[in-house]
Amino acid sequence: MKAFQFLLLAVLTVFLFYTVMDMPPRGDLDAPASQIVSPADSQVAGAYYIKYAYKDTHTPNMVCVVLADYRSVDTLGEVVVVFAGVMTCFFILRRRP
Amino acid sequence: MPWAIELMLFIILIVAALIALQLRNLLAAVITLTIYSFIVALIMISLGSVDVGFTEAVVGAGVVGIYLVVAIFKTTRKSCD
Amino acid sequence: MITQTQSPIIEIAARGLAPFIQLLGIYVFFHGHYGPGGGFQGGVLLAAGVLLLRMSMGSVHSQAHVSSKKTVALCALGAFIFAATGIIAILGGGEFMDYHYLPVPFLEGPDLRYYGILFVELGITMAVMTGLVAIYDDVLGIGHAGTN
Repeated sequence: MKAFQFLLLAVLTVFLFYTVMDMPPRGDLDAPASQIVSPADSQVAGAYYIKYAYKDTHTPNMVCVVLADYRSVDTLGEVVVVFAGVMTCFFILRRRP
Repeated sequence: MPWAIELMLFIILIVAALIALQLRNLLAAVITLTIYSFIVALIMISLGSVDVGFTEAVVGAGVVGIYLVVAIFKTTRKSCD
Repeated sequence: MITQTQSPIIEIAARGLAPFIQLLGIYVFFHGHYGPGGGFQGGVLLAAGVLLLRMSMGSVHSQAHVSSKKTVALCALGAFIFAATGIIAILGGGEFMDYHYLPVPFLEGPDLRYYGILFVELGITMAVMTGLVAIYDDVLGIGHAGTN
């Protein structure tokens, strides 16, 4: 049984390395994510954020602008997940006198 | 040589994960898991994403460790299998 | 329930260390506009300071810092601040979470969005900090019968 587990782990590792080898190298300027215009002739989101983040919000930290302004509904979902965890612990685990 | 440092971090990561799986004492396993989280944070910082590394260091190595210690305090300290 | 520790070294060390952890948390929260950090990380650091006091001084004696009666209500208030900012932007004429349309006098354009981001991060910090402390209290229990 132990040998079967390690065999399964080895097969999964081979698949993982095979998938990762197709990715472009880190910091590659020719990768599709680093282009200004995507292959479908539309503007890539990253280029837009780098160009307009300071102009739009006067905030130097681009990550903060993306998290709290451009993609704020995503962050709202994150806070709702934390709140749902708190509510679950409150209703199941809290002991009342 | 950044790649040598990253290779060393990955080796420590895998060794820490395997040790955390094999340990019978659950408190020691929690401490090894916090080491794992901290190495993940260092790898994230070496990849250039400081925010993700900061979050991983604060949450994975700080608060999750406290919660797992509390869970061990409420249940048992030895692994069954 | 965790009782108060018998060792004076641990208690003095925890009580000396906790304000500095929380000061770092406040710094990370307010410095999120200019460097790595932000609401989530700052809230977790503030909660870590409170949890250090909870673990060292015992659940009963550390009620003076953050009372466990108020934590769930403050968590709900933090999530409400976040959602209400978006809904006020709708009432101001824009779309959901468009801080450009918040009805605040003497501010407009990019500066309004700057303070909108700060306000939203305040909501995240409140929700995360009090939420983590509330989960800790619910899992362990407080001890004397009145509060829990």
